[in-house]
Amino acid sequence: MFSEFLQYLFTGITIGATYALIALGFTLIYNASHVINFAQGEFLMIGGMATVSLMAMGVPMLLAIILAVVLAGVLGILLQRFAIAPAKQADVVTLIIITIGASIFIRGLAQLVWGKEYHVMPNFSSDEPIRIFGAVLNSQSLWVLGIGAILVVGLVLFFTRTLIGKAILATSMNKEAARLVGIRTQLVLMLAFMVSALLGSVAGVVVAPITFTSYDIGIMLGLKGFVAAAIGGLGSGVGAVVGGLLLGVVEAMAAGYISSDYKDAVAFSMILVVLFFMPRGLFGAKVVERV
Amino acid sequence: MVNRFMQSRLRDLVFLAIILFALPAFLSNPFHYDLATQMAIIAATVVGLNLLVGFAGQISLGHAGFFGLGAYFSGIMTGSYGWSSIPALLVGAVLVGIIAWIVGRPILRLKGHYLSMATLAVGFIIAIIINNETWLTGGPDGMPVPSLDIFGWELSPFGSYSLFGMELDGNQAWYLFAALVLLVAVWFAQNLIDSPIGRALRSVHGSEVAARVVGVNTASYKSLVFVISAIYASLMGGLYAHFQGFITPAVAAFDFSIVLITMVVLGGMGSTMGVILGAVVLKLLPQVLADFQELETVMFGLILMLTMIFMPKGLLPTIQMAVSKRMKKKAGGQA
Repeated sequence: MFSEFLQYLFTGITIGATYALIALGFTLIYNASHVINFAQGEFLMIGGMATVSLMAMGVPMLLAIILAVVLAGVLGILLQRFAIAPAKQADVVTLIIITIGASIFIRGLAQLVWGKEYHVMPNFSSDEPIRIFGAVLNSQSLWVLGIGAILVVGLVLFFTRTLIGKAILATSMNKEAARLVGIRTQLVLMLAFMVSALLGSVAGVVVAPITFTSYDIGIMLGLKGFVAAAIGGLGSGVGAVVGGLLLGVVEAMAAGYISSDYKDAVAFSMILVVLFFMPRGLFGAKVVERV
Repeated sequence: MVNRFMQSRLRDLVFLAIILFALPAFLSNPFHYDLATQMAIIAATVVGLNLLVGFAGQISLGHAGFFGLGAYFSGIMTGSYGWSSIPALLVGAVLVGIIAWIVGRPILRLKGHYLSMATLAVGFIIAIIINNETWLTGGPDGMPVPSLDIFGWELSPFGSYSLFGMELDGNQAWYLFAALVLLVAVWFAQNLIDSPIGRALRSVHGSEVAARVVGVNTASYKSLVFVISAIYASLMGGLYAHFQGFITPAVAAFDFSIVLITMVVLGGMGSTMGVILGAVVLKLLPQVLADFQELETVMFGLILMLTMIFMPKGLLPTIQMAVSKRMKKKAGGQA
């Protein structure tokens, strides 16, 4: 009984940590530009797929990962510069459609380069699973959690201790005022997209050995990240992490105790329940509408 | 008088009717008719969605859910329970309307991205249920649907009909029927837009707070238009099921929701003729791009992105603005 519960908990926390990283990516871009980036999931796909294909070419794993993450970062900058920046006057829906167009485009490119097959990535370290109270923990899960934790701490330091991080925060609070004090807001927005892409691609790399990877893996993972960000409250970093972990655990429990066919339905029902009682998510800022 | 006629909302309707009934002159095979019929049905769905998105300014990323519910209700009631088509369509529309009302009340309080999220979730839940309740829906393999019968008169793509002495095959008859349905859908939408309800909706789009201050009950207007657009989707889903003769969960899928909202935004939010153009373009694009084979997806994404970046108001409004600017210039030059 207990070992079963523990097993679901491990699975949930592992996938939840991935959701949390994706949600943080959403949060970052949302804070900087109030755009919901539906291409967020594609950064994950790029991270996993590029790593796998570089390794197949004989590049050592660590270097392959670094190159893949850099590639995703460049893609993030390009996305902001050539798709989001030119459309700054556009409606919210129009921006959503632009990012959807971008995600279809990136997915199409990936399909051209890497084909439609599933690709397998080896674990970072041993394949030997760890046994705790009868439950099995994949060693890769530890990597996911560890790297996730490091990234979250890194982000906190980045936003509180570095000038660039503070510039992003300032831009998200008030763009005009930020520009007045000499922050180059366009550059800051590009940076926000880049950091978000880095986060996404790292999440994609660490989770790839568990879930496999393919050109279309970004769609569902991206949506789950959006769900996690909305549960936590759009714009809240703490919310993104809590939302991600919560979503992962609830999903794993639903798959284990109810039905794996309905685990996604449980995730989407959860967001409806949360929004019903808290229209701005768990940690969303209370905003007074100015007229 | 001619002038006043041209400015009235009848103009668009007459214009659309002329195009719809002249189109068969350019359609040469059953495949063309099949595509044109699908376009008309989807266009009518999008006209309904536009009421919500374009006029009331509320986003729905789950509208395929309502389309799918309508399609499966019609399919199941006529196929497995022997109902005839019209009662199935109507009861389905009422049920979907009630479901939309129940979920709409709480979620339409949400704003912006939270509303997108909630509608997306509702659409997903419907799609997942359709996918998994195999005993009822046939699951991922889909289910066959009997052809449309209108009080005993059967309309099937495989039948043959005569109209005013003209011989029509089933595909042509279905096209004419779908064209009529689209005209009725547009006529109803235009009347709604020009009614007090329509004005109230536009005030919600402009500024919800201001609308509330002058006494518009924004909550009930928003759920009303949500229900109406869901009913549009349900009815068209039912017709689509009868026309295709076979449905799969793809009719309720998230991808299709995205296609529907993209048609609205691409064609021009708030422009009834615009969103019909959006539906036609988005349905035609894959046919045109099929020649590019593996480049199809890349091209599709690129075109979608570029169009929205350079024409953020949508195709038709941008074209109309360009034309009227040029006409003004000409008039100025002559004076």
